[in-house]
Amino acid sequence: MSVFAGRLTDALATAQDRFRGVGDQLILAALWLFFLVFGTWAILTETDAFAVGVVTGSILALGAIGLTLIYGILKFAHFAHGDSMMLAAYVAFFALTGKVVGERTDVELPWSLNDLPGATSSIPWPGEGEFSFGYGLLLALLVAVVAAVALFILLDRLVYRPLRRRGSGIVIFAIAFLGIALAMRSLMLMLWGASPRLYVPGIRPTTDLPFDVRIVTDQIFIFFAALVLAALLYLLLFRTKLGKAMRAMSDNPDLALVAGINTEQVVTWTWAIGGALVAAAGVMLALQAQLKPELGFVLLLPLFAATILGGIGSPQGAFLGGMIVGITQEVAVAQDLLDISPGYKFSVAFVILILILLLRPRGLFGVKT
Amino acid sequence: MKPDRLITPLAFAAVTAAIIIMPAERSRDFDSVISFLVTFGTSVAIFSLLVLGLNVQWGYTGIFNFGVMAFFLVGAFTAAIITKGPAETEFVQYVGGFGEDLNLIPFLDSDQWLPFLVGILGAAVFCGVLAFLVSIPALRLREDYLAIVTIGIAELLRRVAIEESGLVNGTRGLPGIPRPLGDLVAPGDYKFVIFGIAVVILILVFIAVERGIRSPWGRVLRAVREDEMTTAASGKNVFAFKAQGFVLGAVVMGIGGAIFSYQRGAISPENFNHFFGTFIFWAMLIVGGSGNNKGAILGAYVVWGFWRITILLQAYDLPVFLETRIFFIRDFAIGALIVGFLLLRPKGLLPEVRRVSIWVDRLRRSMPAEAESADPHAPAG
Repeated sequence: MSVFAGRLTDALATAQDRFRGVGDQLILAALWLFFLVFGTWAILTETDAFAVGVVTGSILALGAIGLTLIYGILKFAHFAHGDSMMLAAYVAFFALTGKVVGERTDVELPWSLNDLPGATSSIPWPGEGEFSFGYGLLLALLVAVVAAVALFILLDRLVYRPLRRRGSGIVIFAIAFLGIALAMRSLMLMLWGASPRLYVPGIRPTTDLPFDVRIVTDQIFIFFAALVLAALLYLLLFRTKLGKAMRAMSDNPDLALVAGINTEQVVTWTWAIGGALVAAAGVMLALQAQLKPELGFVLLLPLFAATILGGIGSPQGAFLGGMIVGITQEVAVAQDLLDISPGYKFSVAFVILILILLLRPRGLFGVKT
Repeated sequence: MKPDRLITPLAFAAVTAAIIIMPAERSRDFDSVISFLVTFGTSVAIFSLLVLGLNVQWGYTGIFNFGVMAFFLVGAFTAAIITKGPAETEFVQYVGGFGEDLNLIPFLDSDQWLPFLVGILGAAVFCGVLAFLVSIPALRLREDYLAIVTIGIAELLRRVAIEESGLVNGTRGLPGIPRPLGDLVAPGDYKFVIFGIAVVILILVFIAVERGIRSPWGRVLRAVREDEMTTAASGKNVFAFKAQGFVLGAVVMGIGGAIFSYQRGAISPENFNHFFGTFIFWAMLIVGGSGNNKGAILGAYVVWGFWRITILLQAYDLPVFLETRIFFIRDFAIGALIVGFLLLRPKGLLPEVRRVSIWVDRLRRSMPAEAESADPHAPAG
């Protein structure tokens, strides 16, 4: 009798496991189906909002690519991500224009990248029209990348490494990120004030796309930047030795160390690449919208929503997650079926975040842990 | 005394000296110094309540709440709309407005205290219910996910307060919140009354929280914080205890929010943001020492003292360069303070006193030799 009962329990447990596996697959399939149907509906009925959503999505994707790298490899929820993006964008602004707030009004450095010959003349877009910026902004982006990489490595040495050596949990890191985010935000306010800044003043050139969609030319640049960076990060993680070491460390840091991987070096590389991605994302964000110190922290919600939706550690997931969150945000406040005020844009991202955490915490491309 | 132990009294003394000397030097008038100190004390008492609530959640139960603002805001607005009279004009719209109906007892000046008591209770109950609803999905999540979710809830509630203009009057805010016991004293002396109310409520909440934490129930909370698996293996329902800790903390935060709205007399969603509503309380808790209620209060005192000092500094002839930036420098310093304490003094100014049970303490006291050798700061067991 007891043997029978034991077998029955075993059979039940197996059935439950199988059912869970099937349920997991069903949820994943349902999510994909939902996003496909929603996307098609959005393209057909809310074409303009969809186009805006793709641009917002590109920005979120850029931010999420860096976030997913740091989150996936180092296992930190990097709460200073949004503020780092803004800080890097301000550094690019400074390199480009040389402006910084003096006693009360702006003072300008005697020389900045804009003074290079032809640095401000617009780069033409191969299709039709031109970008708003010249090669000066690309150089400024390079300066921002260098600054962000240096800052991240410095922070790792000064703050995160001592905490890591002490064996602090993720929560202590999160509080440290909070403090750093606050310091970064006040630094931006100290140096560049609270009023919004622009890289290039004036009206921005637009271009026509098929299906009667007219967008700012810069947005094409932003979209392709997101696509290329996601692809590059994918290649780095899955086709290089450094990427292999990173993934090994992400799976099990102790085992990676025993296998002869220099984990401290991997951590430094991760912060360095994360810093470069943060700078790219920040500059693109400022190119699309404005430079504003407050933007950094609020941006965390859609960024984390995109990262978790895509699956932590997955570059292609971050790209797609960013797109889904961006499009959903814009379409949700534009459509007429439900009356949602534009003020709730970031709350839409939050709802997506909650749903994905409840339904499928590892996201669309995440691995089971 | 080891030099390390001197930091706490030094920090306390420095802040105390600055907040007495600086206004005294500026005004050279006894009354205005007292007035400044009383207002300062009221704010410290209110923020202490919020830090105590956070301490119950993070310091004792180990729940990572990055959305303190949610409960701060809900507590403040709930108390305000319960206490105010009904909305009259088309420019001021909000739900509630029961203040005048709450004058239930025809004697004892009940209109002077009953609505406010109901307001505080309402804020506490509302925050408790909100925390319970949030805890059902959120407390099952991993710590980092929980942090993001709590940020999201705080942001969502702030947006609701701004966007749903019929709920709490949107961005126009709620002016003219009545003052508890306000008609009993001259307006100039009212600051003493609200100071007294804040301090009395802080003492009551402090005693209640201390008793709760020292009880067997509080011991389970701390066990959950240390190791959920082991606690579950001991037959405790970890989720239920986490939910209770979360709700209790939120209730305390709600009470703090309620008194905040009574002190201010006018609140608007603009008063609440992630920095002022969440970060600063974390800074207070980290500086004071999480897991120690006295530390939470000391942290509120030191950080808020630092905050006020920077405002007082403006009265001096600072270079324009500094004067226009003093608040940003202060915010930078608070961020640096959080990181600095995490690195150099992770246990805060008043570290947690580890205790298993009051019975073990008594046992130790009855054995003098062992009691002297036992370091109170050493981890218990």
